[in-house]
Amino acid sequence: MGLIGEQIDSIKSLNFRQVLTQAVSLGMIVTSALIIWKGLMCVTGSESPVVVVLSGSMEPGFKRGDILFLHMSKDPIRAGEIVVFNVDGREIPIVHRVIKVHEREDTGEVDVLTKGDNNFGDDRLLYAQGQLWLQRHHIMGRAVGFLPYVGWVTIIMTEKPIIKYILIGALGLLVITSKE
Amino acid sequence: MHSFGYRANALLTFAITILAIMCAMASVSDNFNSLSPTSEVQVWNINWFRKKPDGDDEVSLTLNISANLESLFTWNTKQVFVFLAAEYGTPKNALNQVSLWDGIIPSKEHAKFSFHTTNKYRFIDQGSNLRGKNFNLTLHWHVMPKTGKMFADKIVMSGYRMLEAYR
Repeated sequence: MGLIGEQIDSIKSLNFRQVLTQAVSLGMIVTSALIIWKGLMCVTGSESPVVVVLSGSMEPGFKRGDILFLHMSKDPIRAGEIVVFNVDGREIPIVHRVIKVHEREDTGEVDVLTKGDNNFGDDRLLYAQGQLWLQRHHIMGRAVGFLPYVGWVTIIMTEKPIIKYILIGALGLLVITSKE
Repeated sequence: MHSFGYRANALLTFAITILAIMCAMASVSDNFNSLSPTSEVQVWNINWFRKKPDGDDEVSLTLNISANLESLFTWNTKQVFVFLAAEYGTPKNALNQVSLWDGIIPSKEHAKFSFHTTNKYRFIDQGSNLRGKNFNLTLHWHVMPKTGKMFADKIVMSGYRMLEAYR
C-alpha cells in the first residue's frame, strides 16, 4: 500500500517543466530506436532486417520463436539459400529454402522454387493462384544468421495483444514517475 | 540509487549484454574450424527419360551418394543441411540448378554416409534440352549453428552426361 501511496504523491508533485522533460526523453528513446531500425534496413538492404520464425516448416533447423537476420545483396539467388519472401496477397513473409533455380541467359531474370525443410512438398501450394515460380522481386532477403528463442517476445505480443498494452502502460507509468 | 528497481534493471541489462557477447563469441569460434569434407556421387541408373506432354524434359535417376562431412561439425553446430543439385546450362537459361535429394545430418555420428536413392524431387527442365546434356552434380551443405552465422559451401563433381535419346 505504501508503494502506491508513494506513486500517487510523486504524480501530484509534478510541475509542467518536469512533464515536458520526461516527454522529450521518451521521444528521444523512441526516435533512437527508429534510427537504429532504419539504419539496419540500409545496411542489410532488406525491408525487414530481422524476422521471427512463425511456423515449424523449417524444423529442426529453425523453430518457432527464433529470429533470423536477413541480408539482401545483388548476388544472384542460388539453390540452398534460405530466403524470406512475400507471396502476392499474403502479408506474412515465409522463410524457406531454394531448391530449384532457372536463370535466364539474356535478362538475368530468375525463376525460383522453394520448399520448407520440414514440409513434404514444395511451396507451389503457397504461391498465388497459377504461379509456378518466384521471381527476384518477391524475395526480401537471405537469412545469414540466427538467434534462438528471442522471437517469442514478439509472438506473445502479437497473439495476446493484452500483454502488449500492459507492457506499454507499465513503461509509461515508469517513465512518468521516475525522478530523473 | 540503491532501490530494488535500479538493481534489478542493472542486473538484467548486464545479463542480456553478457548473453549477447557469448552468442557472438560462439559464432566467431566457428571460423577457426578447418574444413575437409569429401564426397563422391555416381549415377547408378537412369530409370526413365521422357518428354512431358507440356514440352519439358523429365528424367528419373538412381544415385549412389557417399560423403564424409564430419569435419564440418563444431561444438556450435546444430545440424548440417546437405543437398545434391544437378547444374547445367541451356541456350535459354544461363544456369539451371535442380535439387535432386536433400537430407539433414543432426550430429557428427551421422556425417559419414553412403547410400542409393532415386531422386527425391523431380528433375524437370524448362524446355527440352536434356538429351546428351553434360551436367555437374554439386553437393551443397549448409551448416546451421546453435547461434550465430550460418556457413554454406559446396563440392562440384563434373563429368556426368545425360542419355542421347529418350527411354
